[in-house]
Amino acid sequence: MAYQFDFAPVIDHADLLLAGAGFTLALTAVGAVFGIGLGTAGAICRAWKLRPFDRLFGVYVEAIRNTPFLVQLFFIFFGLPALGVRMGEWQAAVLAMVINLGAYSTEIIRAGIEATPRGQIEAAQSLALTRRQIFRHVVLRPALAKVWPALTSQVIIVMLGSAVCSQIATEELTFAANFIQSRNFRAFETYFLTTALYFAMALLIRQLLMQLGRHVIVGRAR
Amino acid sequence: MSLVKIAGLHKHFGANHVLKGIDLDVARGDVVALIGRSGSGKSTLLRTINGLESIDKGELVVDGTALHDGRGDLRALRQKVGMVFQQFNLFPHLTAGQNVMLAPTVVKGTPKPEACDIAKEMLLKVGLSDKFDSYPDQLSGGQQQRVAIARALAMQPKVLLCDEITSALDPELVSEVLAVVRQLATEGMTLIMVTHEMRFAREVGNKLIFMHHGRIHESGDPKTVFADPQTPELANFVGAVQAA
Repeated sequence: MAYQFDFAPVIDHADLLLAGAGFTLALTAVGAVFGIGLGTAGAICRAWKLRPFDRLFGVYVEAIRNTPFLVQLFFIFFGLPALGVRMGEWQAAVLAMVINLGAYSTEIIRAGIEATPRGQIEAAQSLALTRRQIFRHVVLRPALAKVWPALTSQVIIVMLGSAVCSQIATEELTFAANFIQSRNFRAFETYFLTTALYFAMALLIRQLLMQLGRHVIVGRAR
Repeated sequence: MSLVKIAGLHKHFGANHVLKGIDLDVARGDVVALIGRSGSGKSTLLRTINGLESIDKGELVVDGTALHDGRGDLRALRQKVGMVFQQFNLFPHLTAGQNVMLAPTVVKGTPKPEACDIAKEMLLKVGLSDKFDSYPDQLSGGQQQRVAIARALAMQPKVLLCDEITSALDPELVSEVLAVVRQLATEGMTLIMVTHEMRFAREVGNKLIFMHHGRIHESGDPKTVFADPQTPELANFVGAVQAA
């Protein structure tokens, strides 16, 4: 007998799914703000070769880029308590996302900074701006504008990756989906709707960040 | 008393000795044209005057601010020396007006409204008062270069360095930029320019410096120097550019 699709048992738990989606978005928002902040700091240290921070960020970037996100999360949540560092599943999830995004965005933003034409730096120097002033007023905005599409993609990757936070019982979207599916055994329907939600959230974030980039980073309507 | 004084200036790029003891005095209101073949050191010499190139040995004094063997207050020096570049180098994320306002507000701490007035005045001076809100990529090369001149002037420099400022322009745009420079010269601005515009150097300049192999090979009044070169190298150079 053919499978009878029935979405009603999932729709009954729509509140759980939507709450999970909301938590995923909140996790992503906090992770993106602090992750990109951390990445900007790392990019400055790397681009300016500020010892010893450039080396430290170099090690950090390689450590994070070459290990699985799930293992990073487990290390923070299950590993760190051995050193006396205990935190709840939300703090662990946010911290893991910030650390993960921070590493990738360090390299992305560094590329933008290093793509600044030399002539613009020289023009700013000849106007007697200090190195800090040059960075803040001449380098940063064009650099972010250049790499903004790449940063946007990275934020979405991190949002999608946050699904694994369900493994430490962070009650985000995938956790909610697993819970619903375990109650009604409607795996197809549950994960179909969950997939659609992730897809919609990814589109939403991309649109939001593109608008933000256009109006705030580039700072002009074209 | 000279406004810019350079004495015994040496500069190396690695093993390459590019400036081999330059002595130069520029008085207030002088318009100095630096000419010479590619690699003669003319651009490097210009760039040492505001510290874009470091100095290995020798002395540089601009209006009382000195660098001894390359050491001294670079930012104080740069506030007295403006520079305009071959490639304009406007800041692409700022409007023409914001480009001009940036240094007065950030470096001198001029309040925004006042800096805005300065920017309007400077853009008017270069004939671009209607382009205050235009972005660099909305302007022609000649217009961008005039904004770059306004940007340098907004800091009220004692001397303005021009590094081949018409070399990247389409031929029909050269004259609008040269007209601005000519105007500055008649107003008494001290100018030091590396240029390939020999006719302009002759008409507007009152001092010509011919660089050759990292030395000042010949110098003097442009009209007499062009008419009667004393060295075969300059005679050759003048012949080559006039044939072109």
